[in-house]
Amino acid sequence: MRAYYDEEFDDSAAPVVHFENVGVRYGMGPEVLRDLTFSIEPNSFQFLTGPSGAGKTTLLRLILLSVKPTRGLISLFGEDVSRISKDELTGLRRRMGVVFQDFRLLDHLTTYENVALPLRVQGKEESSYRAEVVELLRWVGLGDRMHMLPPVLSGGEKQRAAIARALIVRPDLLLADEPTGNVDPSLARRLLRLFIELNRLGTSVVIATHDFSLMDQLDVRRLVLGDGRLHIDE
Amino acid sequence: MNAPSQPRLRKAAAPDGPKRSLPASLSRNAPLVPVDSAGGQALAAVIAILTFLAALCAGGAELVSASSAQWRSEIAREVTIQIRPNPQRSIEQDVERATALARQAPGVEKAQAFTKEESERLLEPWLGTGLDFNDLPVPRLIVIKIQEGAKPDFGNLRQSLQREVPGATLDDHALWVSRLSTMANTIIGIGVFLVVLVLVAAGLAVIFATRGAMAGNREVVEVLHFVGANDDFIAREFQRRFFRLGLRGSAIGAGAALVLTLLLGLVTRSLRASPTGDQIEALFGAFTISWSGYAVVVLIALLVALITGIVSRLTVRRFLNESG
Repeated sequence: MRAYYDEEFDDSAAPVVHFENVGVRYGMGPEVLRDLTFSIEPNSFQFLTGPSGAGKTTLLRLILLSVKPTRGLISLFGEDVSRISKDELTGLRRRMGVVFQDFRLLDHLTTYENVALPLRVQGKEESSYRAEVVELLRWVGLGDRMHMLPPVLSGGEKQRAAIARALIVRPDLLLADEPTGNVDPSLARRLLRLFIELNRLGTSVVIATHDFSLMDQLDVRRLVLGDGRLHIDE
Repeated sequence: MNAPSQPRLRKAAAPDGPKRSLPASLSRNAPLVPVDSAGGQALAAVIAILTFLAALCAGGAELVSASSAQWRSEIAREVTIQIRPNPQRSIEQDVERATALARQAPGVEKAQAFTKEESERLLEPWLGTGLDFNDLPVPRLIVIKIQEGAKPDFGNLRQSLQREVPGATLDDHALWVSRLSTMANTIIGIGVFLVVLVLVAAGLAVIFATRGAMAGNREVVEVLHFVGANDDFIAREFQRRFFRLGLRGSAIGAGAALVLTLLLGLVTRSLRASPTGDQIEALFGAFTISWSGYAVVVLIALLVALITGIVSRLTVRRFLNESG
């Protein structure tokens, strides 16, 4: 564990995510997010919250580099992303895990194949990750659902599969958009414990949610979005 | 982040019961990009039809090439001496002298003079039967068969004939061979051009289908990007799927073309000895294509599948570059 931390964060003086006066507008409309300046430190845990439509998902997409800022500077893992190549972008995304609000599971792949997808696209042999994927599926309670296709899973099962897919690569940064929105409170607590566990292993975690009961379980930093601006509760 | 181990997660695991031994593979190796939709089936059908047409064009060109080579070799092995009647000379003596001169020429296997009756019979198709040819100055023919593989120079024979048998002309059929070659080469050229045209059409169909598949699988592509797939990986996935689709379509098309060729061969064989069969055989030979013809058809099928895969890969790369 110790060696793992030392190895992984030798370049760790730099924050995992750093935003400097970032603004986003869609087309010719008004800025939906403006003057965002914040950092996400290595091995940190934070909630991203705010009312519906405040721009939580847009902020996560900015970090994922699927939305480009109209102004400002974004750096990920210490690297300015304004001029990175496609290969570098792929490299950065491989260090991130993401749980989408709408799950984004591939309907033609089984639960097992969906969870193993990040490893498969990295060209890894199935024998090298099979046991690990099965173990994670069992941990999130999908051990008996691994051969099923997503359309036959319940909302909660899909959500757990999406979380497992994000965790399987043990990312440096985990972005989760309403990860407990479709599960019962006890499973929500278990999933939160999983995120905490992952954080202890060195992953920076950002959970976007407006579920106060979830946030009240942990005394961590809150990034609060409102009126397009960010306010930080330390 | 590639931690060597994940001990805490593993220990926390297994609320689903004790760990059982796992099968060798839990993945169905399912394609990441589903292109076997209705559009994919339509593309396979288009590729099958285009391969069928390309295979027929190639097979036809091969048939003409083989037949023309046969015609040319037959014509090129035959040379004719024509002796026009001259009232001041005995045509029979001229024929004998010319035949003797021809037999002495190097490379000549056989020299056969047509008798007067045989020469007259040659005119019957044009002048009808029952005519008295005695009043007509019917020329006489000597057919010379050249030894196989020999390419004799008839310059000396031509000079000897001019000197000793005035009124005799030597026809080595060079003009006919040249015309046949031109005609055959033109037909082969058109066949090759059509094959190329069909391959281009197949490529264009694949471009449209790939762009459609990309648009239809936009969300899949986005997810693949988010989980760390690069453009080359995604392009390779599409290429693999389209190659298989192309191979299926081209195998069906080429198979249908081969079956049709075999059927036509059987039909012409069954018509042999009938006037129609003779006409067909005179034009196309036995209506069978050689092994090289079959090889060309198989090659076209593989080429179409390869084009399908490569074009889809290039199209995906371009699409991804355009969409940033």
